Amino acid sequence: MKNKRSLLAIPYVGWMALFVVAPIVMVVIYAFTTADFSVTGENFTRMGTFTVIFTRSFKLAIIATLVCLLIGYPLSYAMAREGKGFQRVAMLLIMLPMWVNFLLRTYSMMSIMENNGLINQFFAAIGLFDLINGIFGTDIQYFKMIGTQGAVVVGMVYNYLPFMVLPIYSTLIKMDNTLLEAARDLGADSAAVFRKVILPLSLPGILSGVTMVFVPSVSTFAISRLLGGGIQMLLGDLIEQQFLGGAYNPHLGSAIALVMMVIVVACMWVMNRFGEGEEQAVML
Amino acid sequence: MKKLTALTLACTLAASLALTGCTIERVDGTSTGGSSTDNGGSTDNGGSTGNTQTDGKRVLNVCNWGEYIDVDLIQEFQEKTGIQVNYQTAESNESLYSLLKTGGANYDVICPSDYMISQLIEEDMIQKLNYDNIPNYEKIGDQFKGLAFDPNNEYTVPSTWGTLGIISNKTMVDGEITSWSSLYDDANKGNVLLINNSRDAFGNALIYLGYSVNTTNEDEIRKAYDLIADANKRGIFQGKVMDEVFNKMEQGNAAIATYYAGDYLTMYEVNPDLAYVLPEEGANWFVDAWCILKNAQHVSEAEEWINFLASTESSLANMDYIWYASPNTEALEKYPEYYKETYGEDLDMDLYNIMAPSAEVLKKCENYVVLPEETRNLYNDLWIQLGL
Repeated sequence: MKNKRSLLAIPYVGWMALFVVAPIVMVVIYAFTTADFSVTGENFTRMGTFTVIFTRSFKLAIIATLVCLLIGYPLSYAMAREGKGFQRVAMLLIMLPMWVNFLLRTYSMMSIMENNGLINQFFAAIGLFDLINGIFGTDIQYFKMIGTQGAVVVGMVYNYLPFMVLPIYSTLIKMDNTLLEAARDLGADSAAVFRKVILPLSLPGILSGVTMVFVPSVSTFAISRLLGGGIQMLLGDLIEQQFLGGAYNPHLGSAIALVMMVIVVACMWVMNRFGEGEEQAVML
Repeated sequence: MKKLTALTLACTLAASLALTGCTIERVDGTSTGGSSTDNGGSTDNGGSTGNTQTDGKRVLNVCNWGEYIDVDLIQEFQEKTGIQVNYQTAESNESLYSLLKTGGANYDVICPSDYMISQLIEEDMIQKLNYDNIPNYEKIGDQFKGLAFDPNNEYTVPSTWGTLGIISNKTMVDGEITSWSSLYDDANKGNVLLINNSRDAFGNALIYLGYSVNTTNEDEIRKAYDLIADANKRGIFQGKVMDEVFNKMEQGNAAIATYYAGDYLTMYEVNPDLAYVLPEEGANWFVDAWCILKNAQHVSEAEEWINFLASTESSLANMDYIWYASPNTEALEKYPEYYKETYGEDLDMDLYNIMAPSAEVLKKCENYVVLPEETRNLYNDLWIQLGL
């Protein structure tokens, strides 16, 4: 009987093979060859020049992930504890932006954060700049946001926060309340209950949330191009340039993508060691 | 059960690798194999072999730049000829080139710029045209023929031309902009938009330094790089942009940008504070031209398309819509009159001169030609280095 049921997996296995396994195999082939498809390791020796971009990508992705966790965890916790009404409204507010296409949202973030954008216009209208200029004797007309690393992080957090909230929320909401009561019974104060019961039990949610925020953040190119002004080049931009830009070198592009994948997998592996003994976090 | 799973996996993998095999052939092969070669070689009316796939219905696959045609013209062409046009757009010469190289696209007719055309000719990717089937070619002005990218007039029919200059917001800069130095100057710190393609960005710097935009001298290119990199380090640039420039300049989010004359005129309609200048050191002028790909399936349709767009009426309508000048002499002369008829007011001749500068102005401007591969690689390496 069991065998029969696994037949149902065939369409998915086929799909995976065609759209996941095959592309990865192609990436590996391209990464280890030159333009005329002779085997080489040359693509990887050039990787050293891109250290700055690797560091910047991972740094910004880690910051964005931490910010998402710091905002997302308390929110998920509040949602799981509050009544149904709050849950519904909060859930709607989290899902609502996701109904709009990701690129459109990032474009609008761009016009919001421009030098002459909504935020700066608002500050100017309430006289904030006059106030600052009056106190410090400076002459500023706007806060520079576009083109900074901060703007890129804001874009990542804005776009990927739901992916942190949802998995954490679903582990918290499933948590057995009697466990918390038992902990209380045995003399634990609120801090101890959180540290010894809630946090460990929600760890799988945290781990999958972190994965789901970190991985797209580290490989994004739209966010850095639009909000980073194209100056804060990330790995995604570097790879895109190899395929669509003037550089046209899919072999180098594949090599960079491969190195990035290996580092990401290594990060995930290390992170999952923390969750050892707990329910394994979903990998991707 | 596991076996079955493994088998499916293996089969799909094999199939997809076989598919990859095809693309690989396309990447380095000069011909794409199969039935398209016989068509590609002959430049005479390809109608007999061109439209075999589509049960008699004539189709044409066009790739052009975004916002680069009066869409009514596509409709008109379809009605006139019964040819169904699959119209697609590419963002830049470079992305068009990668689309062609990866073999993902099967366009018949494309509209690249001068330097890309010579690269495509060099790599044997476009075919010679049969000008007997494109009678309107005669109407193209002589100054657009025999240019460096197609010296013997064999491959192309010019479609649009213009200059690359400096766009500035008069309310945000002090004094008048006259030199490329304003791009690298501390005066406009944080408010300059660098154009996001290496050829144009380096080209501007090379002109400023007094070198040719087509130099292959590594020292000169490195000096241009140093100029840009140094300005970048000092925080002069707000960002590297292509079409995002419209929004940023129209809304007053940046003071200075380099972009194409035709697009400036579009921005000017929204924000009249914007000014366009061709700096005193000279500038780049470009020609975009229609070409038919070597492996095109619909050659006769492509010829009709090119001929249709080269006509004076189409050129006028298109010029009016996209604000890029047409190389059709008659259309260029008639445009002010056409404008008056259409809008009931006189065309501002300053704007006309920005769209279609005189031969005298063009003399100070230089066309791009294709750079040798070594230089292209240098451009790419330096461009990436700029992003570090």
